[in-house]
Amino acid sequence: MFSSFMTNAWIVATIVAPVAGVVGFFVVLRGAAFPAHAIPNSAFAGAAAANVFGFSALLGLGAFAAAAAFGIATLGRRGRNDAVTALILVLGLAIGAVFLSSSSEYEPQLYSLLFGEVLGVSTTELWPVAGLALGCIVATLFLYRPLLLASTVPDVAEARGVSRYGMELAFLLVLAAATAMTVPVVGALLIFSLMIGPPAAARALTDRPPLAIVLSVCIALVTVWVAIASSYQTNWPIGFFVGAFGAFDYGVGRVWAAGRRSRTVRKRGREGDAPIDPSMVMA
Amino acid sequence: MPRTSAARTPRDHADTAEVLEVDHVSVSLGGRQILDNVSFTVGAGEFTGLIGSNGAGKTTLLRVILGLQHPGAGRVLLSGRARRRRTASVGYVPQKVLLDPDTPMRARDLVGLGLDGQRFGMPLPSATRRAKVDEMLKAVDAERFADARIGNLSGGEQQRVLIAHALIARPRLLLLDEPLANLDLRSGQEIIALLHGIAVEHRIAILLSAHEMNALLPVMNRVVYLAGGRAAAGTTDEVVRSDVLTGLYGHHVDVLRVHGRVIVVAGPQFESDDASEPDGHDPIIHVS
Repeated sequence: MFSSFMTNAWIVATIVAPVAGVVGFFVVLRGAAFPAHAIPNSAFAGAAAANVFGFSALLGLGAFAAAAAFGIATLGRRGRNDAVTALILVLGLAIGAVFLSSSSEYEPQLYSLLFGEVLGVSTTELWPVAGLALGCIVATLFLYRPLLLASTVPDVAEARGVSRYGMELAFLLVLAAATAMTVPVVGALLIFSLMIGPPAAARALTDRPPLAIVLSVCIALVTVWVAIASSYQTNWPIGFFVGAFGAFDYGVGRVWAAGRRSRTVRKRGREGDAPIDPSMVMA
Repeated sequence: MPRTSAARTPRDHADTAEVLEVDHVSVSLGGRQILDNVSFTVGAGEFTGLIGSNGAGKTTLLRVILGLQHPGAGRVLLSGRARRRRTASVGYVPQKVLLDPDTPMRARDLVGLGLDGQRFGMPLPSATRRAKVDEMLKAVDAERFADARIGNLSGGEQQRVLIAHALIARPRLLLLDEPLANLDLRSGQEIIALLHGIAVEHRIAILLSAHEMNALLPVMNRVVYLAGGRAAAGTTDEVVRSDVLTGLYGHHVDVLRVHGRVIVVAGPQFESDDASEPDGHDPIIHVS
């Protein structure tokens, strides 16, 4: 399990998980799970295009992911962006299907882009992935304060001069960079589940934003490590394990939060709040 | 058009440093005139009520002051200067904030973001920072729930946290959009008393929008009355008068004073299906 053939898989998983944990914290906080689904799927089309036209896969991934991020931020401006996000997702899959159909190795290509080929990562691929990972984490921490403010109380942030559109675009571009880096390694679907499950679990465990980010990274790391080990032992696809463990993380977080809430309610009940006088309540 | 704006009336304060000057501001949105030549000033430490019914232009006026809405005509000066971007010199508490109970953030974290939330990078924890946050939480009487998750707090509690968030940056002007709209009577009175104390103690000017002025009468230094996009400004006695409001509304309005309360009533010739009626819910009494 720790043979040289596996070493790169462990390394790349250990690089990808912290990015998913840090970026995913804001994905979940902003309710941006749908863009986090659409951008990797658009990136998948970019990788397919790169395969057909023979340019670098990373370039194809990056260009398509950035275009999707820009489209969602700009077209979905001022309000809900779900229709725009859905259309970009569909467009990405449609373009990807065209490029893949013109390739002779349709099935294995599709499979690895959606579910990743973490076991087949070469050492030369590690450096660009590590560089992009570091860039994504630094960018997210640089945006931390205004992004946290804009994600929590957008009106107040805007009144302080933090642009709602600027923050949305900056964040989605970071998401696009994280996607471009991770799709060829863990696949479009895996990075999505890794960006949602661990951060969603982390926010149930703590009330402190920085601690939630740290916990999110830790849970993401454990999730991919256990997924690789399970995949190696069972020969089942790693995609199954990342997806299943991501959902499991979230379930545990919910149960923990429910337990914590009932403890808080009991505590508050003991303190004995004065009952509200209905006549005092304004219409 | 009758000019009802009494923008420059003598003030009871000795120093009349103007924190805010709204100078002949007009705004049209989608072909509809929202604000029409609105002028008034707010002095340091003054408590000003921005009164008007739904759709009178209160929120638009606050957005113009915050620099979020470009006025088609006129200008806004803060302490005599044009507004800069990315500043915390004006505090703002928005209307109807609903904080997500899933957001992993304590009340004290949101107050801390009030210090420097517009700056890039991670905040470094420090004793000074913590002391400032504690002091501010105490000032708004929010110590009890300082460590509670913000999304689990009641509307009134969240409002106190947002006021602390706005005040910790030591603005000279605090804007509040309908802070009393979703509160029960007692919480509303507590918030008003709290804001009044802040205005007096720290000499922070407060501009608070409301559709109901009676709750504000004991603390309000001045009133800006908005109707149909036009404004009348001055002390309550100068503005809330039958002749001034009649000019503002464009039809006859009676102002009644009952047991220290003010009631604004449309005049007898008023037709209830008149399109200029600003309050659709209540055709007779605008302000009870």
